[in-house]
Parts: sequence; structure tokens; C-alpha cells
Amino acid sequence: MPGALLTWPREAPPPLTRKQVNYRFRDLLAMEPLSADEITFILDQSKPFQEIQRNPLKKLATLRGKTVALAFFENSTRTRLSFGTAASRLGADTMNLQAEASSLKKGETLLDTANNLNAMKPDCFVMRHSSSGAADFVARHLEIPVVNAGDGTHEHPSQGLLDALTIRDRKGTLNHLNVTILGDIAHSRVARSNLHLLGKFGCRFTLCGPAMWVPRELEHIGPPGTPIRCVYRVEEALEDADVIIVLRVQTERLYEPSLSQNDYILLYQLNAERMKLAKPDALILHPGPINRGTEITPDVADGPRSAVLEQVTNGVSVRMAILYLLMVGATEGTTHPALEGKTVS
Amino acid sequence: MLLVKNGRVMDPASKTDAPRDVLLDGERIAEIAAPGKITHADGEQVFDATGLIVAPGFIDMHAHLREPGQENSETIETGTHAAARGGFTVVCCMPNTKPVNDNASITRFMVDRAKAFGHVRVWPIGAASVGSKGEAISDIGAMRDAGIVAVSDDGKPIATAKLARQIMDYCRTLDLPVIEHAEDVSLAAGAVMREGIASTRLGLPGMPAAAESVCVARDVQVAELTGARLHIAHLSAKSSLAQVRFAKQNGLRVSCEVTPHHFTLIDEDVTYDSRYKMNPPLAAREDREALLEGLADGTVDAIATDHAPHEPAIKDVEFDKAPFGILGFETAISLALEQLVHSGRISLLRMVELFTSGPARALGKERKLAVGEPSDLTIFSLDRPWTYHVAESASKSRNSPFDGHSFKGGPVATIVGGKIAYKH
Amino acid sequence: MKIIEKSQLMSAAEIDRTLQRLAHQVVEKSGGTRNLALIGIRRRGVPLAERIARAMRGIDGVEVPVGTLDITLYRDDLSKVAPQAVLQSSHIPFGVDAMDLVLVDDVLYTGRTIRAAMNGLFDLGRPKRVSLCVLIDRGHREMPIEAQYIGRTVQTSDTEIIEVRLTEIDNEERVVLVDRVDG
Repeated sequence: MPGALLTWPREAPPPLTRKQVNYRFRDLLAMEPLSADEITFILDQSKPFQEIQRNPLKKLATLRGKTVALAFFENSTRTRLSFGTAASRLGADTMNLQAEASSLKKGETLLDTANNLNAMKPDCFVMRHSSSGAADFVARHLEIPVVNAGDGTHEHPSQGLLDALTIRDRKGTLNHLNVTILGDIAHSRVARSNLHLLGKFGCRFTLCGPAMWVPRELEHIGPPGTPIRCVYRVEEALEDADVIIVLRVQTERLYEPSLSQNDYILLYQLNAERMKLAKPDALILHPGPINRGTEITPDVADGPRSAVLEQVTNGVSVRMAILYLLMVGATEGTTHPALEGKTVS
Repeated sequence: MLLVKNGRVMDPASKTDAPRDVLLDGERIAEIAAPGKITHADGEQVFDATGLIVAPGFIDMHAHLREPGQENSETIETGTHAAARGGFTVVCCMPNTKPVNDNASITRFMVDRAKAFGHVRVWPIGAASVGSKGEAISDIGAMRDAGIVAVSDDGKPIATAKLARQIMDYCRTLDLPVIEHAEDVSLAAGAVMREGIASTRLGLPGMPAAAESVCVARDVQVAELTGARLHIAHLSAKSSLAQVRFAKQNGLRVSCEVTPHHFTLIDEDVTYDSRYKMNPPLAAREDREALLEGLADGTVDAIATDHAPHEPAIKDVEFDKAPFGILGFETAISLALEQLVHSGRISLLRMVELFTSGPARALGKERKLAVGEPSDLTIFSLDRPWTYHVAESASKSRNSPFDGHSFKGGPVATIVGGKIAYKH
Repeated sequence: MKIIEKSQLMSAAEIDRTLQRLAHQVVEKSGGTRNLALIGIRRRGVPLAERIARAMRGIDGVEVPVGTLDITLYRDDLSKVAPQAVLQSSHIPFGVDAMDLVLVDDVLYTGRTIRAAMNGLFDLGRPKRVSLCVLIDRGHREMPIEAQYIGRTVQTSDTEIIEVRLTEIDNEERVVLVDRVDG
């Protein structure tokens, strides 16, 4: 069947002498194609950056002279700041494209915009776009690594990774946890990345929300055989959860159907009363920004089980690890390094 | 005079499948006889069809030629050239041009253009409503005189049941079929592929099968009410096929067509490549299975390509921004051979029927390989190995997901009105 | 590429004796172990630093703190290292301000590692003094960097490599001179 005509994702150039490839791809477009080992590798590589963030001097010269293009075709303050900070702390410069100010308004196509930015010779292209598959599309046309900072309702890989790092730090492991995701999962790229990533570590999922936002097809996301159940009452979703990921309820309803905010609060809000049903050490995550009083109450969001601020800090570390991983590699004409294990000193 | 000799002649109308020589005299088939029995004079053109199938000229009853108004993507000349290369002798072109073909002067423009520059016959389909806006009925009578063979608002469904009823009533009296692009606009709104596991995984908005079958059900009921001839375009869903089967069982004049991409690909094949984006979208595995059954058991009347060229500048963009549609002319016969005949789902004669007498009947016409019939022939091979390179296509556009695919069998020669329009 | 062992430079016993001697040298020159800390440079500088600290315990009875430093992020030749050079964590569980730091590494060669190590140290604070202790100095400096405490100085050619093998990492204990031969 003429189905798989594309070989995607792109593989990185073969390593020079490494016996083992830690990460196969030139880009970071999604969690779905990564192996558990590759994910573990990225999380491990985030640790040195977590430490550096505790230093008085947080700036490295590792990526000095390199430029990271931040092409945010869809609005985002937090993710853009996080990637920008990550790039700066590694010593790289950034090029900033913001949605409102962009020439996209003048009808320039995505490809033209990407090519124009690329003509200014960045070393890495971080992009967020409202179309699913947009990062994949751009990556097919550029030679430099592309990082997907969120594409439509498809994936948000760096969010998945920072959630995983936060979970691993708090729980000690990612294996076989019970994970509940609460909210508009049908339209959530964060939820999909979480499903793909944590599913590779044997986690079990409970997806909970109003029926229109939790279609049964979600049971097929993630590695085949991942236990996923859809429930429509929040009380059923909390009992065994080790991790509760609360999604933002978009008050500006971009997707049909609109649901009354009152109804959502009444039936699905995560509040202290409902949290009594959860394990005492259940971890609460939220990709942000939080609508206090809608999907979660302030006391729960600020409580001891919530790791929301750690997520943000970890976000910079993970993004530093991602930029380091994709941008530090063999350049043209590289020589073979010294033998395995021996540093050139 | 053109003598086509040593071919295996297949004519579904007469259920012929035998070695025959065929003599074409100008616009008519003059003689058909056992091989070697036709004496040919000097100066006569001879085509040796040894090892090849000789069939009545294939009809593609659903295609987009983009002229007038979208000549960057295709023209009547380039589109019919691609059609000839695909083995088609007749192309029915849809009215969603710019301006829409909703009046006799546009129809005449297309007919004249095709006469002057077309490589094959062009039978235009007129818009059912003015501008296909779904408000007023267009000049169907005048267009019929100018040469349309059917009406459709293709690209969209006929806007309301009430309008569909009026148009069907009117067309029944004019003896024109109504071709419906069946889609419930509210169920399909915003969708870029079929709703299902694949769309959920890809994060792309999807439309359920019901988006098509709800409209098919509406139109079948209206066809019953009016007694009109209704043809469902590019049918893709099992539930829609069930409606058509029901209609036929109840003696209604309802027919349907299926595209090669719908009997070849499914929603699981979709990647973030707009060459997999069309409307109706690639359907689920069970829908394809149902279509294959329908192609075999006669519920499906025709294979039609819905050839929808879009120039690369507008098609090669992010998936959800890309227009719907893919090319179809040059790969249709080979896909039908591969997916339907070589796989054993249908007989070769049945395949020929789906390209000839089937579509003709849906249009209220006939297509036969018989003395006195128009001298249109499609000559193809069952086993010629070839690879489709879209860069070599005669179309102006390049939007085909079958680029690079290798086939066994395909068109070899296309004869229109006694002249060779294409020869491999 | 083949590796051919040419000669053994130090045996296990010689390594041990040298480290003992270095520990004494450092303590003497520093005037005691107050404000003294050792920083082992990954990888093999780390077990060497730990052993020197242990030896110092024997001299002064004092625990000299040991930190580990991964210099990957501070290298100037990252693009020449294999793609995806794996990061290890640095771990310096004490403040470096006003401290007397001794960097410890197995082999001093071009000096680039030490330059990177100093960059890393100064990101953490402002040490009072930084000195360098190495088991082998093999010459061929490309930076204006010298070690204050040297186990042994060895003349080498460019194609030769000095391999320090330590039990903690290599499951054997000796220093060898090897040659790289294309083939």
C-alpha cells in the first residue's frame, strides 16, 4: 500500500565513533517516536542543568556564538520565555518571532516565513503553531534541528519531558504509575505527549472530563496495550492516582462545543474536598497557565501536593538539555575524537 | 481508418471477452471481427494490440479541470492530456471553476475550449444552484442545450433538502441526473480528515462517516419523493453504501461512484502530508472493505477519479491549511488493476464496466464497443511494469500520494474519435 | 585504528606511593588543611581526588571535602567531540568562596580541560586560590597552564596516549603508554 511514502522523523547523521546512539533524531517533534531509553537519556541530561540553575552564575558559554530562532506563530508567553531563558543560559543568542507582529498577517505562508528566518542562519528552530503537524512540515524543509514547542492539538514534547522530570524527581520513578489526566483531553497536545511518554514506562491512565472532551479514541493513544480508561465523573478518577495532571479549561472556547463554566466547576473542578479521595502523596501537575477557581482551586494549586512551580523551573532545565542535545553535535569536517572514555586534555 | 488488431476486446455491454480486430472509420466503429479477418487497405493506420486489452473508451465522470479561473493549477488542455495518458476518452468536468459554470456561456466556453485544445472529450457538469451558493436554481435548461450532462454543486452538498427537491424535480423533467457531493456541513465543519483513532493521534479535526451518510440518506429520500435520477459522488463510507443499496433494492434511480484513492488508502495512511488530504477524507478500514464489496456486487456503478489538481504553491502547506484534493487521471487504471483485479476482488470485465457502461448508465447514456458506436477505445496492459513519477505528469499540478509507486499494468493507448490521443 | 601498548609507566604500588607523596606536598604547601578542598575532574580525576583526601586524613586527621566537576559544558571543542557528548553532573557540596581549591586530574596535556574546569569553578563563586594536582604531566601545552603538584613528568609524542587505569573505573591499576596506529 502506498501509505508510508515518507521516512519521517529524520534520523540524525550517523555518529562518528560512539558505539551507542543516545538519541536518533535530528529534531524533537514529538514524544511518540522516542524510545523509553531516549527519553530517560534526555531526563538524565537535564540533571546537570538543574544544578546549574542553582548556581549563583547561571550562564554557560557552551552554545556561545550559536543562535536559536524562536518562531512562535501561536501566542505563548511562558513557553517562549522558557526556551529563551534556556538558550541564553547556554550562551546562545535568540531570534524572536511573535505571532501578532509577524508577516503572517500579511499573508506570508508558513514555509516562506520559516525560509526567511532560516536565511538569517540560526542554528536551531524552535516553533509553536496552531496547526497540528506544522513543526513536522517545517522540519521537512530545513536543514537545522527543529524543536516543536506545540503544534495544534498534536504534541508538546518539551512539556511532556518537563512533566516527566518533575514526576521522576518527586516519585523517584516513572514506572507503572497511575496517571489521571483531567480536562479537555481531546484538544490537548500536552495530554497526548504525556500519554505517549509515560505510556512507554508502563503507566496506567485514567482520562476524565465531559464526554465531548474525552472521546473513546483516546484509549488508542500511546504505545499499544497501554491501559487507558475514560471516565466522566471526577470522583472515579482520583482514587488510585499517583499523578494528577490538570488541564487548563479554555475560557475562550476555540473548539466546539462550548460548555458552561459553572457546569465544569460543579462537576470537574479539583478542590480540597475532592482531593480527599486521592492518595496523600498524589502529585498534582498543571501545564499552566492556571485558571484559579475554574479547573483547580487556589488552595489545591498552592498546596503541598502541587508541583506546579517545580514544573516551570524544570522546564528551563529540560529545554537546556534539549537545545544542548540537538545543537551540540558533529559539524562538517569534524575529526574523530580521541578513544572512548579518554578526554582530550 | 484505424485498425486495432490482435487485441483482447472486452465489452461489458455485450459481455464480450474475446480476441478481436476493430476497424475505426472516423468517428464510428466500422467493423469488429475475429483476428485477421478484416482486410485492410494501404495507407491505413494499424495499431498492434497484441497482449493488450481493447475496451470501449473509458469515462471519468468526476474531475476538475480548473478552467476558467484557476489555470495555474490546470487547464482543459493539460487536464485532458493527463486524462488521455490515464486511458480516459471522456472527462466530465465539475462546475466549481471561477466563475462557476452556472450558465450557458460558461458551458459553451468549456465546450469550445475542449474542442480546440482538449485531448479527449469533455462533457461539462453544470452547477445546480447559481454560483453553487445554494439559493437560486441555475440556468439548467440553457446549460443542457449548451452541452451539460448532469448538474452538481460539487465541492459542497446542495444546501437544503428543499432546494434538493426542487432541483431534482426540475432535472427529472429535463432528463438530467443530479450528482451530489454528500456532506452534512455541520458535522463536517472544520474537519480535515476522517474522525477516528488516526485523527485523534495526529491531533487533526475529523468528520465522522455520518457526515456523508446523513446527507446521502436525505438525498435518497428526496430522490424517492421526486423520482429523479440521483448519483452520489465519491462515496466513501459503509453507511452511505448501505443507503444506496437500500435505494436500489427499492427501485429508485440512485447510482454512485467510488474513487481509486478511496478503494486504495485509509485514514491510517494519513501523515502530515497534504497529499493525503481530500474531501471526502480517506475513510476507515471497514469502509474500504465495504467499498470493495460494493464494487464487486454491483452496488457501485462507476469508478471516477475526482481528479483535483492544486498547484504546489497552495497545496504544499501545513495540513489543515491545504485545499482538499489529489490528482487521479494517470493512476486510476493501474490502481484499479492492483487493488481490484490482481487482488481477485473483481473480474477484469467488471472493472471495464466500472469505467465504461457503468458511468455511462449513471449519466443516462450508453458506452459500447459495437459497430456504429463512437470510435473511442481504451487500450491497456495487464502486466506492463511502470513507476509513476508525478514530476512527469501531463497535469500542471503535482499533488499525488502515489508518486514513486510501482504498478503492474496500465494504459497503453487512448483513441478518441478514431484518432490516437495517447500512445505509450 | 589499533592500540598497541608500548610500556608500563607506573605499577599499582607506584601509583599509591605517588598519591601519598602528593597528599603530603599539598598539605605542606597549603600550611594545613583548613579551607582546603579537592575537586576531581571527571572521570579519573574523581577517584584520584578521593584517594588523596583519604591520604590527607591519615596525615592531619582532617576530612578534606571532595567535589566532582564535569567540564563538558565548558569545553571549547564540543563540536569535535562525538555527537551528543553525554553530560554528567558536577557535585560540589560546599561553597567555593574564599576556599583553597586543588583541582585533581589524571593527565595534564594541552591544558584545555583545566581552562574549562576553571570556568566551571568561577561560575560557582570566587575561590581564594586554585591550584592543580595531576598524576602525569605529558607536556604539549596549548594553554599557559602548569600544575603545582605533579606525580611524574613523561615525554611523549603526539600519537602516543597515556592511559591511567584505576580500579574504581577500569578494574586494573597501572599507567601505560600506548600508541595509536592506523590499520
